[in-house]
Amino acid sequence: MFEIFGIPSTALFGQLLIGLINGSFYALLSLGLAVIFGMLNIINFSHGAQYMMGAFAAYLLLQYSDIGYWPALIVAPVLVGITGVIVERLFLQWLYKLDHLYGLLLTFGLALIIEGVARNHFGSAGMPYTVPESLQGGRNLGFMFLPNYRAWVIVASLAICFVTWFVIERTRLGAYLRAATENPSLVRAFGINVPRMITLTYGFGVALAAFAGVMAAPIYNVSPQMGSELIIVVFAVVVIGGMGSILGAIVTGFGLGVIEGLTKVFFPEASNTVIFVIMAIVLLVRPAGLFGRGS
Amino acid sequence: MRKTLGLAVLAAALACGTASAQQVNVKIGVLTDMSSLYSDIGGPGSVAAAKLAIADFTKANPNVKVELISGDHQNKPDVGSQIANQWYDVEKVDLIIDTPNSGVALAVTEITKSKNKVFINSGAASSDLTGAKCSPNTVHWTYDTWMLANGTGKAIVKTGGDTWFFLTADYAFGHALERDTMAAVEANGGKVIGKVRVPINTNDFSSFLLQAQASKAKIIGLANAGGDTINSIKQGAEFGIVKGGQKFAGLLVFASDVNALGLATAQGLTLTETWYWDMNDANRAWTKRWQTERAAAGKFPTMVQAGVYSGVTHYLKAVAALKSAADGKAVVAKMKEMPTDDPLFGKGTIRADGRKLHPAYLLEVKAPADSKYPGDFYHVRATIPANEAFRPLKDGNCPLVSG
Repeated sequence: MFEIFGIPSTALFGQLLIGLINGSFYALLSLGLAVIFGMLNIINFSHGAQYMMGAFAAYLLLQYSDIGYWPALIVAPVLVGITGVIVERLFLQWLYKLDHLYGLLLTFGLALIIEGVARNHFGSAGMPYTVPESLQGGRNLGFMFLPNYRAWVIVASLAICFVTWFVIERTRLGAYLRAATENPSLVRAFGINVPRMITLTYGFGVALAAFAGVMAAPIYNVSPQMGSELIIVVFAVVVIGGMGSILGAIVTGFGLGVIEGLTKVFFPEASNTVIFVIMAIVLLVRPAGLFGRGS
Repeated sequence: MRKTLGLAVLAAALACGTASAQQVNVKIGVLTDMSSLYSDIGGPGSVAAAKLAIADFTKANPNVKVELISGDHQNKPDVGSQIANQWYDVEKVDLIIDTPNSGVALAVTEITKSKNKVFINSGAASSDLTGAKCSPNTVHWTYDTWMLANGTGKAIVKTGGDTWFFLTADYAFGHALERDTMAAVEANGGKVIGKVRVPINTNDFSSFLLQAQASKAKIIGLANAGGDTINSIKQGAEFGIVKGGQKFAGLLVFASDVNALGLATAQGLTLTETWYWDMNDANRAWTKRWQTERAAAGKFPTMVQAGVYSGVTHYLKAVAALKSAADGKAVVAKMKEMPTDDPLFGKGTIRADGRKLHPAYLLEVKAPADSKYPGDFYHVRATIPANEAFRPLKDGNCPLVSG
């Protein structure tokens, strides 16, 4: 056991692992945001509220329908994704041709409404949701005690991030999506139903947020403000990574999780703000973000 | 002419004699956290409690007219200050009550002093409000960090928890609670072997819990509240803190937190409160009324909300006795002069430094098997009498207390 900057190495590795776990949430959420912005040019400020809806959906499914964690991982994102589809059909489709600001205002307003209703109904203290039986407990890795559930979080988010990236960058469906964003009328001329693709893409981005919410329910407090606390950081992550870049969102999410984890060891009072400091620096040096293509 | 004058004087004298009771107008503002991590501790529940207090008092005293407004300080001292200033200057509020956030409370107490109004703090914990920052316009109700430290802290050290590691919310409240608990622990033979400062409203405590685990302290003191405490305990269970032999000391835990954690996770926690809804029939009866007024399912009132009811009641009594709410210092002096008596806290007094005195109760969270109905959270383990529960008057360094 050796020491790095006065912190024993075992403690440091433990914190790095924790940082990776937090990074998984950042990566999942910023992936959804990047997909929606990259494909739809909408700044989806209600992403945090949709993450919260996913967590609450998991809680309500357990309370009222006895549907446990594993089925909820699929059911909750589908349900919340459907609400996303409804929002897109009713409101967002009219905003694509307008300035970014309108989409931002609409989704921000939606977020406030959703959170207000949830808080009115459930209060702010939060709802209990336990870790599923099969993932309880943990193993002693020597340098730290790793709960099984947290290990699952890393694995699941890496898997989802990889699948999403692969679909968008390497499959034909993804190619249609990317083409439709660049030149919708031309793609339509080829007979591809562009509006439906866009709707489903928004639904998918929302479902990603809800999936992150279900994963967060057992370990973070399921409360109406859980989304608003996280979303500001996630936006910083997306900005640092580059607004439209899928790979950027994933890499930056994990990377910033690790950096935040290290800050918590060396200077915990700043752990809230370090990501924004980095965002300021990155914007000064590379305004389009680390992986972004300048617009 | 003289006859007319005589009759006029007689009429005037008679009119004075039968003058109807003077109407007293009062405006009260509940300044609280409506939307964030403390909104179940105070929040809309505090507004409901204030409404009940006003209804009860004006029924018995119809010549007092009370107006009630409420506002959200969002746990930001600058927002709280701005609202307090606006309420005092523009809205003509006479009393601000609640403020479950020590940073906001410390700001409001200064503003209240400069404008000669009244501030009854039920929600915030910092014992500085009756210490170095005491004020002739402020009364500290319900509880404070010294009481928590000497209730919970002392009890835990006495049962063998003699090494401590603190997880502290990084603002006025956390610092005050950590300081008072450290003093209590060391005075009773314990040792503090480490601490870490965590920003308020933190989602993820895993990194800090890891540091606490590595310290090998027997007790992990949680100098935080509300959502922060809930997250710390929940995630501590995940990391096997309790299984590994360490215990949590919930230095500030409310019924709303226990409700959110669930008894399975919270069982065994030792905490100190000054009011518990299920302790006697009067509390239970009031709780039913509060639940009807609050109109949100499954909620139980916290000691902060009970303190708002009790504080508003005593304030209105003082105002009625003085027949005016205009002079804040005079009203507070009257509140200190009159002994307190209400259905929730019983008989008590307010000290020269503004500290309201009443007994404290050492509580232990029940195991799920012992809980017979919703809200059946605690065993009452001990009662700390009022004269021992709070910091001695001379130790506070309050400028109002001579000597």
